[in-house]
Amino acid sequence: MKNLILATATAALCATGVLAEDVKVGMITTLSGGGAGLGIDVRDGFMLAIAQSGRDDIEVVIEDDQRKPDIAVQLSDKMIQSERVDVMTGIIWSNLAMAVVPAAVNQDVFYLSPNAGPSPLAGQGCHQNYFNVAWQNDNLHEAAGSYANGAGYANSFILAPNYPAGQDALTGYKRMYDGELAGEVFTQLGQTDYAAEIAQIRASGADSVFFFLPGGMGISFLKQYADSGVDIPVVGPAFSFDQGILQAVGDAALGVVNTSQWNKDIDNPTNAAFVDSFQAEYDRLPSLYASQGFDTANLLLSALSVAHPNDADAFRDALRAADFDSTRGDFAFGPNHHPVQTIYAREVIQEGDVFTNKIIGVALENHSDAYAAMCKM
Amino acid sequence: MKLNERAINTVVLLGLLALPLYALVVDEPFTITLVTRAVILALAAVGLNIVLGIGGLVSFGHALFFGIGGYAMGILAYHAQTYTTLNLGFFSTGGTKLMPVIWLVAMTVSAIVAYVIGKLTLRTSGVYFIMITLAFAQMFYYFTISWAQYGGEDGLSIYIRNDFPGLNTLVPIQFFAICFVILCSVLFLYARLQASPFGLALNATRQSATRVEAVGLDPMKLKLLAFVISGAVTGLAGALFADLNRFVSPTMFSWQLSGELIVLIIIGGVGRLMGPVIGACVFVALEHFLGGLTSFWHIYLGVILLCIVLFARGGILGLLTGKEGAHV
Amino acid sequence: MSSILIIEQILNGLQFGVMLFLMAAGLTLIFGVMGLINLAHGSLYMVGAFAAAAVAGLTGSFLLGLIAALIAAAFAGAIIEMVVIRRLYKAAHLDQVLATFALILIFSEGTRWVFGSFPLFLDIPDALSGPVTLPGGIQYPLYRLTLIAIGLLVALGLWALIERTRIGIQIRAGENDREMIGALGVDISKLYTLIFALGAALAGLAGALVGAIQSVQVGMGEPVLILAFVVIVIGGIGSIRGAFVGALLVGLTDTLGGVFLPELFKLFMEAGAAQKSGSALASMSIYMLMGLVLIWRPTGLFGART
Repeated sequence: MKNLILATATAALCATGVLAEDVKVGMITTLSGGGAGLGIDVRDGFMLAIAQSGRDDIEVVIEDDQRKPDIAVQLSDKMIQSERVDVMTGIIWSNLAMAVVPAAVNQDVFYLSPNAGPSPLAGQGCHQNYFNVAWQNDNLHEAAGSYANGAGYANSFILAPNYPAGQDALTGYKRMYDGELAGEVFTQLGQTDYAAEIAQIRASGADSVFFFLPGGMGISFLKQYADSGVDIPVVGPAFSFDQGILQAVGDAALGVVNTSQWNKDIDNPTNAAFVDSFQAEYDRLPSLYASQGFDTANLLLSALSVAHPNDADAFRDALRAADFDSTRGDFAFGPNHHPVQTIYAREVIQEGDVFTNKIIGVALENHSDAYAAMCKM
Repeated sequence: MKLNERAINTVVLLGLLALPLYALVVDEPFTITLVTRAVILALAAVGLNIVLGIGGLVSFGHALFFGIGGYAMGILAYHAQTYTTLNLGFFSTGGTKLMPVIWLVAMTVSAIVAYVIGKLTLRTSGVYFIMITLAFAQMFYYFTISWAQYGGEDGLSIYIRNDFPGLNTLVPIQFFAICFVILCSVLFLYARLQASPFGLALNATRQSATRVEAVGLDPMKLKLLAFVISGAVTGLAGALFADLNRFVSPTMFSWQLSGELIVLIIIGGVGRLMGPVIGACVFVALEHFLGGLTSFWHIYLGVILLCIVLFARGGILGLLTGKEGAHV
Repeated sequence: MSSILIIEQILNGLQFGVMLFLMAAGLTLIFGVMGLINLAHGSLYMVGAFAAAAVAGLTGSFLLGLIAALIAAAFAGAIIEMVVIRRLYKAAHLDQVLATFALILIFSEGTRWVFGSFPLFLDIPDALSGPVTLPGGIQYPLYRLTLIAIGLLVALGLWALIERTRIGIQIRAGENDREMIGALGVDISKLYTLIFALGAALAGLAGALVGAIQSVQVGMGEPVLILAFVVIVIGGIGSIRGAFVGALLVGLTDTLGGVFLPELFKLFMEAGAAQKSGSALASMSIYMLMGLVLIWRPTGLFGART
């Protein structure tokens, strides 16, 4: 729970010319334990954008949730009761977001999600102070289903861990995918050995495999899959092919197609500058999560240049307008404050010693989400 | 340094009361929330201390009852919040947001589960007992992760804290008052229990079960009763913890939490009235202050725990009073 | 479901089981001889995997990585035995649980401090990669077959060590009567350090071998630790034979339960629901197995009767 406070000495003026009142941002993210890589990337992307803005009237308080919901809730109480922040952000995991976000936005704090997008917050539980800058959880899986149609797959074997995000993943894939299912398997959360599932895949006669196994689970699955001699093509969401973990998968991931709303080769000046400056600052390639942190901060900055969060209605309108240069190119919010965006199909390639991704096509164009209609804001 | 244990106990309780009041005056509501967290964890550990401290039974699965209490709150409040019906076949209800009712349900369900598990596990002893209690907690953990109806791993969010007649529970100091009063009542009961014939007999089974049998008591029955009471108290703490966070999730069943409850007791002093309370205060303070200094604070926590085991047997209370206390 | 698939799943269960045995053997030896509950055994598994990944990454040789894993884990084990564990032999189980719990915290965060938060890369050697065809047309990864072979060899080696060597005699004597063998002139503290290092090396070996097909990351030892405890409790604490039988039982129950329970549920449920409830039950199955065994035999299958 390191407190990182940005402050410099000079006074600043808002773009509108009004004397600025300081803004306090609370970031709760995962900085220790197994899932720390994701939180560190979001934090670094976010802080890079804040530093680049040159604004010194923004104070960011950063705390580590250890990926534990009860710690996250406690920190959120601290942010709201003790630090009295105006805006909150940072949470990586859906279950932590569900624990923190509804209570926070009901206490008149704005929340900008840089990663998690659980379906209740996109549908019936949507809130005028909640904005998601990354995706609704189903999006990348839907894109994978759509890609499978385009690639001519007609008999998929699909698997995910038996927990809500895993069940949503398979639902999301099936929502877009038109073919048959050769098999549908729920694995255990945190499972490390997939020999049994791979045997089922081999026996199923499938022509493609879709899997959602975030973090270490995906690394294990891919290594074992590559070693099993089964050569049915694999599709998955970007989470198992992210910059941070690709190096740990190695050759086993080469050629695998995955879906993502961002990649480092998306051709726009903002993205090119982001990739360069991120590498210069932190000496590693940015990940999907870093890009989401960066975009979140830039969205916040764009709204702050119009209004202070104290003026809630004006600030909210400014956020809704999403008038900033996203690393993804065009960016707009749907009626439920979730992105309407293009999702790409990427392929894992090797550049020198480094494994990374290359865009090979568009999986879904200007895609919203399935829950927007249920949102009554 | 040899201090009177009773004097220390009084100071700790008064301090626990004074800190939130001070925080109220200087308008630092988060401090009140932190102290409330310590109070609730202390309550859960007092429950565990009944079997661990007096009975000498190392339950490595007490998170089970903590979780049951949490889910009792979560499920009842969820149905009340969504205006849906909870149908149990023989009985259906629209849920409730009333704390006293939730507490009663949490304690009853925990007690029933403790009775069944106690019946099955108390025949084992030593490491086997440690592991079988862990096994039962793990079963509930995996079950709730895949229990989609109540959020699975995502857990359940309750947007507004439940009600207590006459109080506004969303005001930190008022919710603290509720928890503090409950803790004091349970501590009072613990002290009475420890001194009662039942408590003495239970203490005797820890030292020699055969001798207890020889005077005509049934050690199995004594342990079972203690296990049921213990489960009910920890279940009540679980319901309060869920209300503090306005959230329940399977992590309340995790083995790390069972371990933490044991850690709290050992830090403070095993089998002592205020051991769990002191342990919980120290633990929450360490978590808060060490965590503020470095993101690698677990290393320091580990070193501190190690020092307590190696050099301060009997925990902080043992260190202060110069008596080691109960051996398990 | 074809017989090929069933045989393949049994092999998978077997492979999982023998790896669990490597973990459980050390735990059960340490408990049997020294009466110590070592929660930090999972950390030694992690140390082995990280050492293997680091050395294999530097030298490019998996074999050197394995050797490094054995040495690093044995060394770490010997150090913690001499610095911490030695003071705990006479302590209550409760103190042992707490102290070794503290060691987990130190090892996990220390590893993260040294190696960072991202998983490390460790791949199986080229010579062992890819599948082989077994009699009956079963395609099975060569590496997993190698794991089964190594696991069985280690089991055999341990049996020989305990039944056929002088150290084995001392170990068995230590299990029966700790004070007596001290009185007979055996250097107890050296023997204890040796056993602890041996157990640690087995855990490190398991970590390195399994790390090649899974992800090498902080916290990887804890789920395995819990399973290893389940194994030795089922088998009876202190019994190597019990650990072996328990490991195979747990490995097979877990693997086959995950595959066949959902199929079983499909007989009387709609497919999607069967899949969900079947895998939910499967994730609880080994704990149910352990509960049943302990209710039937409170000291495990091969445990000493009291």
